[in-house]
Amino acid sequence: MKKLSARRRHPLAAVVVLLLALAATGGLYAAFAPAEKAQADSSAQSLAIDEGKKLFAVGCSSCHGLNGQGTSDGPSLVGVGSAAVDFQVATGRMPAQQPGAQVPSKKNIYSQAEIDQMAAFVASLGPGPVAPNAKQYQPSDDPVTNAEQVAKGGELFRTNCAQCHNFAGKGGALTNGKYAPSLEGVDAKHIYEAMQTGPQNMPSFPDTTMPEEQKREIVAFVRNANDEPNPGGLALGSLGPVTEGLFGWIFGLGTLIVIAIWVAAHTTKAKKS
Amino acid sequence: MSENLPEAHAASHGTDVATHGEPFADPGLPAHEPRRTDIDERAAKRAERQVSLLFVVSMLATVGFIASYASIDADKLVYIFPLGHVSALNFALGMTLGVALFCIGAGAVHWARTLMSDHELPAERHAIEADDDVRNDVIEQFRTGAAESGFGRRKMIRNTLIGSMALVPLSGVVLLRDLGPLPEQKLAHTNWDEATPAKPIKLVNMNTDQPMKPEDVVQGSLTFAKPEGLEESAEDFQQRIAKDALMIVRIAPADLKDAKSAELGFEGILAYSKICTHVGCPISLYEQQTHHALCPCHQSTFDLADGARVIFGPAGHPLPQLKITTDEQGYLVATGDFDEPVGPSYWERPR
Repeated sequence: MKKLSARRRHPLAAVVVLLLALAATGGLYAAFAPAEKAQADSSAQSLAIDEGKKLFAVGCSSCHGLNGQGTSDGPSLVGVGSAAVDFQVATGRMPAQQPGAQVPSKKNIYSQAEIDQMAAFVASLGPGPVAPNAKQYQPSDDPVTNAEQVAKGGELFRTNCAQCHNFAGKGGALTNGKYAPSLEGVDAKHIYEAMQTGPQNMPSFPDTTMPEEQKREIVAFVRNANDEPNPGGLALGSLGPVTEGLFGWIFGLGTLIVIAIWVAAHTTKAKKS
Repeated sequence: MSENLPEAHAASHGTDVATHGEPFADPGLPAHEPRRTDIDERAAKRAERQVSLLFVVSMLATVGFIASYASIDADKLVYIFPLGHVSALNFALGMTLGVALFCIGAGAVHWARTLMSDHELPAERHAIEADDDVRNDVIEQFRTGAAESGFGRRKMIRNTLIGSMALVPLSGVVLLRDLGPLPEQKLAHTNWDEATPAKPIKLVNMNTDQPMKPEDVVQGSLTFAKPEGLEESAEDFQQRIAKDALMIVRIAPADLKDAKSAELGFEGILAYSKICTHVGCPISLYEQQTHHALCPCHQSTFDLADGARVIFGPAGHPLPQLKITTDEQGYLVATGDFDEPVGPSYWERPR
């Protein structure tokens, strides 16, 4: 004790105390700090959320609010989940070009990494549907299983989707300028996400009423319908009697009228006028 | 009208208007203009060759039709610009047959226009009615016939004849009975009427064939349902589902505008008939943001948040709504039928 107190005024005493304090803090931290692996994950996740928040502030916050709480120009994003962000941004629907009855699909301006960061931020606002992985939405490669999925998917498509998207997935009109878009060339992932989240005026088909497997079957059917070759003739949008009737009246009858005029033209009688 | 005549104008204004005896004289037939082929033998020869060429093209196209039928594989697909990928066989058959028929027609028309006789034959029009002699004769014969039959004098015969003629069409009306028995109460009830509060019927998801719990139905989703026990393999499935089909949506209770409709539902879950009240099409173009359901046939639009009120289109009634609740296991069930008939109106419909 005497020895310690004797050196109390030594110029290095403060340094020793500081070292002791640091060692104690470090030891305590090492003892109680969370495991290193978990720590690394959460920091990557929080990094993605931070980056996503910055992207969100630039691209989305003017309508959806700085914290995604929603404004008079855009709905709240609390609880929409990462699947909705992935669908809306990756298909170019968001950020919306202009307000209106329908926000159409257009060129996507974000990279998938940026979309994932925004999705992480929006997912952190509240629990919601998670963006699917390829295993969930990709139909089977095996031809026999695939054919089975297409058959089942066709039945499900006609029950749940055909009323708006047309039996061949070519899309159709809704009320007041809204429409159900064509499913031609749409990514399997985006078809799956649309069913999961119900974008714009489309109703959602959650796993509780349409299990994952059935969604995959519908994707398989839509893929198959897109690839189906045309046995001949003009498909006319596969829209059925409306376009076919219009085509018949305008082009069919029009051609007949032109032929009738040609037959009667340039005779002596026709020259009178 | 007469004041519009030139003479009337001239008289009223006191000025002279040049008038002719006949303002629109019959111009007569125009002078005959010979066709080029009539006066130029070389042109006629050329037209003859053109007509023959069209007929020869038709022959070649028919040969092409038979050749393509025999040689092209039915599964072969080719890319043709505006059509995309099409079956080579279908395209070849349609094209060759079309060309063959068109060339025969075009050749015949060209022949008639350039080489066949070009005489103009005026045909005078005559008055439509018969001349007075014929008319008088017919009227005279009718009078004689009437007098000889004593139609006007023997009233009993006349009246019984009228009676028998009036009754004969009734046979036709009676035959309409063969169109089928009257629907009785079949249109007024669906198979949901087997449900009672003591023995409710579960709502079964059309996709999964499983009963549903309220938490399965999320806001903004659309689900189709049928009564439990109605299997797709059943013989009369199509007839029964045509009345029983349900469209289940969940709307935030704050958004519900109709108190009775909210009461029939369960925590905002509403079960509406899927059958349009106009002509009975299945409707399910549901817009989850506006809560409008649209019928694809004639664009009847129903506001599902307001008791499925008709807001546009020809439908005459709101969609019937089924009263739903949950049973002790927590599944969605119906305890009775729709309170009004589903589908289109009919004469005996209560309202």
